[in-house]
Amino acid sequence: GFSAGTCLRTMNSLHAGAYDPRMPAAIMMPPAGGFSAGAACRSAAVAEPSTRTQQPIVTGTGVVGIKFNGGVMLAADTLGSYGSLARYLSVPRLKPFGENTVVGGSGDLSDFQKVTALVDELIRYDDAHDDGCHLSPSDIHSYLGRVMYNKRNRFDPLWNELVVAGYKDGESFLGFVDLIGTMYKDDVVATGFASYIATPLLRKAGTNLSKEDAKKALEDCLRVLFYRNTKASTRIQVATITEAGIDICEPYHLSTYWGYKAFEHTEYHGHKK
Amino acid sequence: HHHSSCLIRRRMSAPGMWGPSADVQDPALGTTIMAVEYDGGVVMGADSRTSTGSYIANRVSDKITYVHDSIYVCRSGSAADTQAIADIVRMYLGLHSLEAGKLPEVPIAANILNQICYSNKNMLMAGMICAGWDPKHGGCVFSIPVGGGIFRDAYTIGGSGSGFIYGYCDANFRKGMSKAEAQQFVKNAVSLAMQRDGSSGGVIRTVTISKDGVERDMTLGDSLPNLRAHWEP
Repeated sequence: GFSAGTCLRTMNSLHAGAYDPRMPAAIMMPPAGGFSAGAACRSAAVAEPSTRTQQPIVTGTGVVGIKFNGGVMLAADTLGSYGSLARYLSVPRLKPFGENTVVGGSGDLSDFQKVTALVDELIRYDDAHDDGCHLSPSDIHSYLGRVMYNKRNRFDPLWNELVVAGYKDGESFLGFVDLIGTMYKDDVVATGFASYIATPLLRKAGTNLSKEDAKKALEDCLRVLFYRNTKASTRIQVATITEAGIDICEPYHLSTYWGYKAFEHTEYHGHKK
Repeated sequence: HHHSSCLIRRRMSAPGMWGPSADVQDPALGTTIMAVEYDGGVVMGADSRTSTGSYIANRVSDKITYVHDSIYVCRSGSAADTQAIADIVRMYLGLHSLEAGKLPEVPIAANILNQICYSNKNMLMAGMICAGWDPKHGGCVFSIPVGGGIFRDAYTIGGSGSGFIYGYCDANFRKGMSKAEAQQFVKNAVSLAMQRDGSSGGVIRTVTISKDGVERDMTLGDSLPNLRAHWEP
């Protein structure tokens, strides 16, 4: 049999960042003033798991987002790809935080689960102040941007492209953060493969949209992505954030169209009438 | 460094990659593993081949490993890594259940496993399935692939052999099967994988976990289900 001593020796040979019930997940580093990267600035008293630049393994494809009149909307499929294999078919990639923020993640899904845990921790820490003051979507965008940039500087990235969306005090918020710490805000955001395909489509949709228009625009983008992206699926989710709060719908299947006459015969057989 | 998961090639400069002994590698679990939720518990299944390059180091390995009375893990990837990880999870679970004063819940075991696999992703080659039964959640199946991350499903397959049976499993799985149906599904699937995957073979071990306890079964290498029997002598 094994002894606890053997196990502890084995454990110590792994990084101290391995699960240890004695070590609380959040070392007490109150985000002083602003929201500097709590995770990245931990004191050296606790050795951070040193994961050097990796490669993404289980991945999610692009997330798309657009502002509309009275809110913001995000959409993404629920696929976790393992290389070219469509392995996990129902992975939710739009996560709600607090009352008014949704973060959508593409890229490595184990790192996105870590991002989710970090933001949960941030929100919980903030709520624990119980001072009636809550983090805004912009605060979460800044926090994630700092975390990503600081980890990039240590060659230890969270391999993700994230969309941060929310609605607070009558204002829509839509922002982007990626694995090297790029941060920006725009009326239209798309990550990964979708940044190539969806961005021009969403820009064309304009800025004065109703909720229904926005949903149609996002669905049309995901449809084109399914047509043109080997790592996309039709099982999608849409997240809407308005004054009334967050609404992330149950996953549903997107329709696709293959009925063009020109699709029937696409082989070239010389000049035909 | 050939691994069970042929979709990913890592550490191409590992010893044994070049030269006359090129096909001598770390013992790896070229493998087929799976776990299926049925109405009342889970059925876990695995082949029994551990290979060192082209040599089968152990033809009767046990890849379904105890971590607690009604929680087991299926191991694929590096034999050394997965054994070490399972030992550590077993220790933490035992400690947790002492402190909690009750049977550990399956999602807790799976999350401990994920923390280890995720935090040490650069040093490990381990694709694990954590499954079991607890009074609160009933039967649960969790997949923790290479690199970490935790994904819950009604059933999941893993290891190099799994690639050959995605079609079979997609077509034949049903939610809420009976225990016997689930066991037959697992044996059929693992058998098909073993037939096509050179890195999988030997016997089929199954572990069925429910509120009534744990049943271990072994389907011997000469009595595997042969789903090709009708067109092949």
